[in-house]
Amino acid sequence: MATVLLLGATSDMAVAMARTMAAKGYDIQLAARNSDRLKPLQGDITVRYGVNCTAHEFDATAFATHHDFYYSLTPKPDIVICVFGYMSDNDAACKNWDEASKMINSNYTGAVSILNIVGEDFAERKSGTIVGISSVAGVRGRQSNYIYGSAKAGFTAYLSGLRNKMYHCGVHVVSVLPGFVDTKMTAGLNLPPLLTANTQQVADTVEKAIRKKQNIVYVKWFWKWIMTIIKNIPENVFKKKKL
Amino acid sequence: MAQKTISNWGNYPVMQSDEHCFSFDDQVQKIMEQSEYFIPRGNGRCYGDASLSKETINTLKYDNVISFDTKEGIFECQSGITLDKILEIIVPKGWFLPVTPGTKFITVGGAVGSDVHGKNHHVDGSFSNHIVEMELVLANGSIMVCSPEIHTDLFEATCGGMGLTGLITRVKFRLKKIETSYIKQKQIKAENLDEIIRLFDEYKNSTYSVAWIDCLKKGEHFGRSILILGEHATLSELPEKLKADPLKLPPKKSIPFPFNLPSWVLNSFTVKLFNFLYYGKNFKKEINNVVSYEPFFYPLDAILNWNRGYGKKGFVQYQFVLPLQAKQGLIEILHRISDKGLGSFLAVLKVFGKQESLISFPKEGYTLALDFPVRDGLFDFLDELDQVVLQYGGRLYMSKDARMKPDVLKAGYPRLEEFKRIIHQYNPKGKIRSVQSDRLELTT
Repeated sequence: MATVLLLGATSDMAVAMARTMAAKGYDIQLAARNSDRLKPLQGDITVRYGVNCTAHEFDATAFATHHDFYYSLTPKPDIVICVFGYMSDNDAACKNWDEASKMINSNYTGAVSILNIVGEDFAERKSGTIVGISSVAGVRGRQSNYIYGSAKAGFTAYLSGLRNKMYHCGVHVVSVLPGFVDTKMTAGLNLPPLLTANTQQVADTVEKAIRKKQNIVYVKWFWKWIMTIIKNIPENVFKKKKL
Repeated sequence: MAQKTISNWGNYPVMQSDEHCFSFDDQVQKIMEQSEYFIPRGNGRCYGDASLSKETINTLKYDNVISFDTKEGIFECQSGITLDKILEIIVPKGWFLPVTPGTKFITVGGAVGSDVHGKNHHVDGSFSNHIVEMELVLANGSIMVCSPEIHTDLFEATCGGMGLTGLITRVKFRLKKIETSYIKQKQIKAENLDEIIRLFDEYKNSTYSVAWIDCLKKGEHFGRSILILGEHATLSELPEKLKADPLKLPPKKSIPFPFNLPSWVLNSFTVKLFNFLYYGKNFKKEINNVVSYEPFFYPLDAILNWNRGYGKKGFVQYQFVLPLQAKQGLIEILHRISDKGLGSFLAVLKVFGKQESLISFPKEGYTLALDFPVRDGLFDFLDELDQVVLQYGGRLYMSKDARMKPDVLKAGYPRLEEFKRIIHQYNPKGKIRSVQSDRLELTT
């Protein structure tokens, strides 16, 4: 059976995706910075679904290690899902470069670094699927969230270009823009329940997008329309809003 | 951490709470240390205020399976996994939960904290009867393993102890072997209370038994009921078409209840109408059939958020147990309920088997559970019922409770002082406490 690699596997979304893909019979490779934290999930997936599941140390911002990390994996994955990301307070990040660069490096630079390596390999094998979990925050920069948003915007553009290139090698690329999701990352925010997805809905969306070779997917359908509206507000109006 | 508006299944009471979540072992102690005081919380399916507190530690994201011995039927998991997920894993391998309450949407931690019982209590006892061992993080941050053999005091006070001894992290328990995922069901109509009591006795060897009872009916049909009995169907008992996949999981389907019904919808007329229809749907005196485990054990789970049917003000569920010899008490309580006209759609009657435990609810006798929508005057009425329950030597179930007075708890649970002593030993500063434990003076 095919193997799925999850990058950033300690996140709530990744846990749901790992279980959803394992339930479909895929072998699972879990990768995260703190691989000790992956051990219980690794056991869980093995017991629940009877598939092979391994845990690997992977630091998205340690770019120099990415090549060795990827080439140490056996077997090579057939599907790579890039879930990792980091969000913190925008105002704090404006005053503190370490915070800002952490957001940029987790959400953009790190993803480019590892997916370049994955992309090369998949292109050579002429098969595979790459999934990037980006964000609706990347559709248009807003004053409350533009450092995170701009990193995700970069990532979304990267995925779009990668999809274009990889299409010609038989490799599929999925961009996921989840909208609000109830996770540890958003635990401190008061999210509107109607607009907020749970991690299982994200996982189901991703599984379907892989199966049906969809290109750009939102988790809750109305996010597409919300973002279309937000994208089309004239800049002269938009800049005066407190968003 | 996030300020959230939370309530349990009865939607009464509602409060603001700082909710902490965790997924990893290394986070638990840190969260506990930073908290001023808290109560562990699972899926919020107790009915009243037992898992409400100024701060809560939610276990739902701590839900890994640790091991599953498919030969011996021993299952070990983290405390936040819910029973519906466990069933999906164990049923296809030929195992079932040893004890299950009427909803599968509760966590294992909650099952232990409430020491839940099911339709097989008279045969298999409550959930704690099947625990091999469990692990807790105590109020001081230390980790302790307990079982019926080691740290017995902690074990006993944790089973049914409403989360007050510590945060349960890991539970290992025994499962029940099954040949098929189906139940051989028998339903028998009883014309009145005497008949249903006689039927319970006649079918006491049946593995599963429970009765739905009409609390509003007066006169010669006072206490009319439908007795529902069940056995796990063996392979040979299945109809041919089901034999190909005997351990099949039921399809996942549920109907959401999207909004709160206005409170006036539930009145004695609509409840009587519902009861008439429910009783009348069984034309024959006796019905025998084979059904999936899902409709047998979890009929209400098919309607997500059915609790909204009681309106925005919420409801309380009242569940008591009376000793077997106190049939007169049961009659008296049923009369009071029917006179008051405050009944619920479903009242459930069951006979418990023998159980001796420190603080768990079940003990031998009749247990009746029914819902009351929150209205003016309800709590005074329930205080009166409490006195009848106590007078006949009964007690109330803390998992359902949102309003009992501390004296009622004390009078119903003879070993309460011992329970309190153990709580104070493991949780000396009341670091772990709930709205309920303060109300019942267990942690104040």
